[in-house]
Amino acid sequence: MKGSEVRIEGIDKHFGDFHALKNVGVDIQKGEFFSLLGPSGCGKTTLLRIIAGFETPSAGIVYVDGRNILPLPPNRRQVNTIFQNYALFPHLTVFENVAFALRLKKYGKQEINSKVEEYLNLTKLTGQEYKKPAQLSGGQKQRVAIARALVNEPDVLLLDEPLSALDAKLRQHMLIELDMIHDKIGITFIYVTHDQQEALSVSDHIAVMNEGRIVQVGNPTEIYESPADIFVANFIGEANLFNGTVTAVEGEMVWVAVEPLGILKVTMEPGDLEGTRDFKPGRRVSITVRPEKINISLEKPADLPADAFNFFPCAVDEVIYNGFQSKFFVTIPDFARFTLKVFKQHMSYYSTGSEINWKDKAWIWWKADDAYLVEVHDA
Amino acid sequence: MKKNYGSIYTLPMAFWVTLFFLVPVLIVFLYSFLERGEHGGVVWIFSLNAYRDMLSPTFIHILGITLFISLLSTALTLLIALPCGYYMARSRRKSLYLFLIIIPFLTNFLIRIYAWQAILGNSGFLNNLLMRLGLIDNYIQFLYNEWAVIIVLVYSYLPYAILPLYSTIEKFDFSLLEAARDLGASHPASILRVMIPNIRSGIISAVLFTFIPTFGAYAVPKLVGGGRNSFMLGNLIADEILVNRNWPFASATSILITLVTTAAMGLYVFANKSAARAAQRKRI
Repeated sequence: MKGSEVRIEGIDKHFGDFHALKNVGVDIQKGEFFSLLGPSGCGKTTLLRIIAGFETPSAGIVYVDGRNILPLPPNRRQVNTIFQNYALFPHLTVFENVAFALRLKKYGKQEINSKVEEYLNLTKLTGQEYKKPAQLSGGQKQRVAIARALVNEPDVLLLDEPLSALDAKLRQHMLIELDMIHDKIGITFIYVTHDQQEALSVSDHIAVMNEGRIVQVGNPTEIYESPADIFVANFIGEANLFNGTVTAVEGEMVWVAVEPLGILKVTMEPGDLEGTRDFKPGRRVSITVRPEKINISLEKPADLPADAFNFFPCAVDEVIYNGFQSKFFVTIPDFARFTLKVFKQHMSYYSTGSEINWKDKAWIWWKADDAYLVEVHDA
Repeated sequence: MKKNYGSIYTLPMAFWVTLFFLVPVLIVFLYSFLERGEHGGVVWIFSLNAYRDMLSPTFIHILGITLFISLLSTALTLLIALPCGYYMARSRRKSLYLFLIIIPFLTNFLIRIYAWQAILGNSGFLNNLLMRLGLIDNYIQFLYNEWAVIIVLVYSYLPYAILPLYSTIEKFDFSLLEAARDLGASHPASILRVMIPNIRSGIISAVLFTFIPTFGAYAVPKLVGGGRNSFMLGNLIADEILVNRNWPFASATSILITLVTTAAMGLYVFANKSAARAAQRKRI
């Protein structure tokens, strides 16, 4: 594994009265693709700028391979950044942009030529050498920014929402390409984004940030399947949330009273009921059910074991056809303040069962296994 | 067919430029090739005497002094204007600073030069201050030399240099400096390699706006200069017209100033074009 490990310890950052980062700490392993994910204003870019050296934290230390890098100016750090707006030098050609760092380091002409060529090749920019940034498309500018940062062979590459200026299709494409580049050169990537899809699809680990804090660190599956709190559950993907009170715990099964629905059953992963997660009877909790885990049909499903499933009759308020899936917005009677989202994937062109239409009465159900409990922290 | 009246609309401008710029320059150009009249004016005989007079050591000395003063003033103005423009562009109180830059223009140019006489004079503000502080026992002669001329010229044309610099620096994308730092450039190197090339047009405008008026300066050397080393071409022209009554020589000197400033402008245009051509060549 190439790259460096990055350890962030107790970082605080104040901008005047604004407390941008609050005691942020995280370990980033050598060579991993690590994402900082959060809504705008959560402090993720500030954290990235601290690692790059453009901001000085009010407290805390950043270690790269065990060495405190905070005293070093940005130009002395083995860290390179891909900026959100690319920050390509408009007065230089593509070649000169990529050669910028090598020329500063006083490399020989031969070496500069071969290295620049190598990285232009890696980013598929061969043939564009003598264009100015103004003559490039968005995707090409992005590639130049990548080549310009990587040509330094940094230990850590910082990416500040690098795809946000591209259109949806190109974004998908560049994301895969970034992932392939990461696989090829194997250095540590720290990727800042507000787009959970991006983060989930390429990261080894994700740190979800909110209001200057890291709320959860985990791999994409953990973040999606076991969100640490309501914020993460809502921010990552879509979620249906039910607030209630734990009435009983038996083995891995938790019974939660949700007014006025009644009792919902949730199965916890083995081990999830121990340690810091405390779901004793009487505790206020929130149940998360992902829309794609909910089944929908016109008839009440027969032979489902009642102790492993939750089911409810519902009214279909809205059907949104999305091609590969349909979204249903349904209301459970007596629970009208709450509209549930139900996704149904279309596996084949031939639908099974009768078609569900607007204003139909239907049944929804989900496995107790597929719901997830998060604690409610009373303010 | 629609008639194109475009050329008709430009007539007032063409008339204006012809009447107030082209004709006077042509008259001066014509006069420079004529014989001087005995009591001023010209005699309509072709002559190259005016241009021959330019070869005299006195004239070459004045030309040298003029170049020295105007080039040094331009360099000093640029050195002061760059950080000022930078600071203004990055400041949160841009309009306040812009207002402060404009304020001197509300006072007459000559009055501001007299104010400098009051500051630099032998019993002026600066000498008084230095004496009170006990730094000097006797006054220092600040006024009436080339250095006083340079100080006042720098003061006078500083706003003309700051404004174009400010407007280009304000449009400059400062994240480029961070990118340069990120790629290993020290702070001075990032300014030199990334900022300066990107604000080049502002720098060139600032240089032209300072060099052109200082090269033809008249009032400043007349009022705060003195002696051989601050007598500039502008003063020579005035003397030739008013004292020596040598109109052709004054005209020839005028033509020289026009040529030098036009050459400066031409250099600017040429530099832009050759940069564009170089980019074109590389693309092929």
